[in-house]
Amino acid sequence: MLRQIEGSRAIAETVALCRPEVVCAYPISPQTHIIEAVGAMVKSGVLTSCEFINVESEFAAMSVAIGASATGARSYTATASQGLLFMVEAVFNASGLGLPIVMTLANRAIGAPINIWNDHSDAMAVRDAGWIQLFAETNQEAADLHVQAFKLAEELSVPVMVCVDGFILTHAVEGVDILDQASVDSFLPPYEPRQVLDVDEPVSIGAMVGPEAFEEVRYLAYLRQRDALERIPEIARTFNDLTGRDSGGLIRTYRTDDAEIVVVALGSVLGTIKDAVDIRRDLGERIGVVGITTFRPFPSEAVRSALANARQVVVLEKAFSTGFGGVLSTDVAMSLRDMDFDLRTVVAGLGGRAITRRSIEEMLEKAQHDDLESLTFLDLDQGAVERERERMRTVRRSGPSAENLLRDRTADLSKAVRRGA
Amino acid sequence: MTDQRVHFYQVGSFAVGNRLLSPDDRTVQSQRDRTNSIDSGHRACQGCGEALGARYALDAAMRATNGRVVAVNATGCLEVFSTPYPETSWRIPWLHSLFGNAPAVATGVAAALRVKGKGDVRVVAQAGDGGTVDIGFGALSGMFERNDDVLFICYDNEGYMNTGVQRSAATPPAARTATTDAVGPEPGNIFGTGKDLPRIAMAHDIPYVATATVADLHDLERKVERAMAMHGARYLHVLVPCPLGWGSASNDTIHIARLAKESGLFPVFEAEHGKVTSVSTIRRRVPVEQYLSLQRRYGHLFGSNARPDIVARIQAIADENIARYALIDDATESQEMSA
Repeated sequence: MLRQIEGSRAIAETVALCRPEVVCAYPISPQTHIIEAVGAMVKSGVLTSCEFINVESEFAAMSVAIGASATGARSYTATASQGLLFMVEAVFNASGLGLPIVMTLANRAIGAPINIWNDHSDAMAVRDAGWIQLFAETNQEAADLHVQAFKLAEELSVPVMVCVDGFILTHAVEGVDILDQASVDSFLPPYEPRQVLDVDEPVSIGAMVGPEAFEEVRYLAYLRQRDALERIPEIARTFNDLTGRDSGGLIRTYRTDDAEIVVVALGSVLGTIKDAVDIRRDLGERIGVVGITTFRPFPSEAVRSALANARQVVVLEKAFSTGFGGVLSTDVAMSLRDMDFDLRTVVAGLGGRAITRRSIEEMLEKAQHDDLESLTFLDLDQGAVERERERMRTVRRSGPSAENLLRDRTADLSKAVRRGA
Repeated sequence: MTDQRVHFYQVGSFAVGNRLLSPDDRTVQSQRDRTNSIDSGHRACQGCGEALGARYALDAAMRATNGRVVAVNATGCLEVFSTPYPETSWRIPWLHSLFGNAPAVATGVAAALRVKGKGDVRVVAQAGDGGTVDIGFGALSGMFERNDDVLFICYDNEGYMNTGVQRSAATPPAARTATTDAVGPEPGNIFGTGKDLPRIAMAHDIPYVATATVADLHDLERKVERAMAMHGARYLHVLVPCPLGWGSASNDTIHIARLAKESGLFPVFEAEHGKVTSVSTIRRRVPVEQYLSLQRRYGHLFGSNARPDIVARIQAIADENIARYALIDDATESQEMSA
C-alpha cells in the first residue's frame, strides 16, 4: 500500500515484515527513528516472536546479533558512522563466522570534527569487512532492499549492510509502497542456518584456524561474494515479479546508451545527478549515469559493460581516501583497467554539504570541456582553506583548524551583513 | 561378599575422600555419566587452574540443566588451549567470537533461545580476568544491568597469561608481570589499583554473585548448581592459579588456591541481589607469606632483598577482607589464639 511515510519508518515496517527474531540496537543519529519504530512494534505486540534488546554500545549490538544468529535466529541491527566504527571488530567477526545478519547503515560522516550529517565515509571504512553492501537510491528502494537483504544473507551465509543516506533518506517523508505480510512471506522463507548452537548436535563455532587453512577460509568468503554477484540480479528479478518494482540489482544505468560522459555514483544523490543530466541532454550533450546499487561485491563486469562506450567517466563520491583520493574511483578504474578512457573523481557532499543540481551542472559543463581536474572537491571554499594554510605557516600554535575555519566564516558573514545594511 | 573396611586418606586438608560421601554429595566428576564438557587432550599447561575450574563448572552446569547448556567463550587461554580446528575439547555447543564481547554474545544466544522456545537451554559465558574486568567490562556491565539470563564465569588468574603474563586490572599489588616488573622502589604491580569485580557485580543488584577457588571444587559445583537454579544475570568469580604466570609448581595449584582463601586474600562468599548471604569462613588462618612465598611473581619480596614492609601491606589487605566479610568467626579465632 502506497503511503506518505518517513524513510526510517518505511525501513522499520519492512524489517518487521521480514519477521526478525532478535533486534538489538544502540541509538545514533540518524539511525534512531528506525530502531525506535521497531522497538515500538515489538513492545505493542505488532511484531511478535521478536526479542528487542537495548544494548549498551554498538559493539554489544553487533555481538548480540552474532550470538543470536549463531543460535539460529534471524537477527537485525542498525547503526551509523561512529557506531559502525565502534562495532567494527564484531563487524569483521560476523562475516568471518558466516552469520547472515542484516544491518541498516544510515550513512553519516565520521569525526573528527564531529558531524552528524550524511556522507559515505562510514560505509567505505568497512568495504573490506566481508559484508555485502547495498546502496539505496530512494526510500522505496531502501525498504525493498531489506527484504532482499535477508534472502541474500541467509542463502549465502554472508551478512548484508543496507546503506541508506542519513537524513536525506532516513528523515525524508515520501511515498513508499510497503509490502504486505503474505508477499514478504512468499519471498522470504524461514531462516535455515548452516551452523547452529544446538545441544542435540554440539559444534564448536569460532575456533582458531592457522596458516594451513586460513587462506582457503578467506577464499571461500571471496567465492561467496562472487556467488552474490549472480544471486543479486536474480533476487531483484524475483522481487520485480512479486512487486513490479525495479529495486536492487547490481547497477542501474540512465541514458548511457550513446553517452560520451558517464557519471558514476552511489545512493540518493543519483536523483539530483539525473535531473542535471536531463537538463544537459536538452542542450545536446551526451551524458549518462551509472548508479552502483551493489558496492560489495563490486560488480566489475556490469560496470565495465555499462561504461564501455564512454569517453570520460566522472565518479562522484561522498567519501575519499585522505592520502590518495577516490575510493569508488579506484574500483571503477580497476574494472576498466585495459580500456581507453579518462577518469575524473569528484568528491562531494562531505559532512552533509548539499549537492545541488546547479553544482552538478557546473561539474558536467567542465567535464564537457575536458576541464575537470583528476580530483575535484565540489563547492570547496578554496579561500577559506588558503587562509588556514597561511595561518598554519605563520603561527605555530594556530589552534584547531575546524574552529578557525568557522570563525573566519562567521566573520565573513557579519561583514556581508554590515555591507548589506 | 566380604566386608570392606573404610580407610580415611590424609590429603593435607579438611577434605575427605569422595567415596566417603553419600552418592548425592559426590562430585560430578565421580559420576560415570559426567558429560566431559571439556574433554581430555587439550593443550592447557600442567597444573592449569583454569582447565580444572572450567571442567568442574561446566559439568556441574550440565548436570544441573539435564545436559542443556550452550557455552560462549571470550578469547584467552581457555579458548586457545581447548581448540583449534579441527580439534576441540568441547562436547557442548560452544561459540567463540571476540575477546571483549562474550557477555553480549551470550545475551544474543539467550535471546535467540527464548524466541525459539528453547528456554530450557541455558547459557554459560566464560572469560579470563582480562576478558572480564578489562576489555569485556562494558559488555559485562550491560549484560548485568539488563539482567539477561546468562551465568558468566570469570576464571581469574590475575593477568594476561595467554599473551605472556601482562598486568590486568585483576593483578594484585606487588605481583610481578611482564608489564609490572619487579624493579624500582615499588617493585611489581602498584598498590591502590585494580577492580574488585564481585563487588562491582553486586552493585548491579543481580540475582546471584559468588566467588570460589579450585581448592574447593565441591563448593564450586554447588555454586554453579545454585546459579543454574536461578534465572537472570549471575556471576561466578573463580580463582584459578596459573603455574606459568605465577611462577608456582604445577602440583601446588590447589594448595595455593587454598592458601589464597585461608589467608583472607581471596574472600569466598555468595551474594544475592547485592547482599552477602554466606561466606566460607577461614578454617586455619595463615599469614600471607605462606601464600606469597610459593610464587615467583612475589620472589622480590623475599630472600636477600626482602621487603617485609610490602608483605605487611599485603597482609593489611587480607585483614581488611577478613573484617569486611567476617571471614573468621569468633570460635575459630579463639581456637587459633589458644593454639
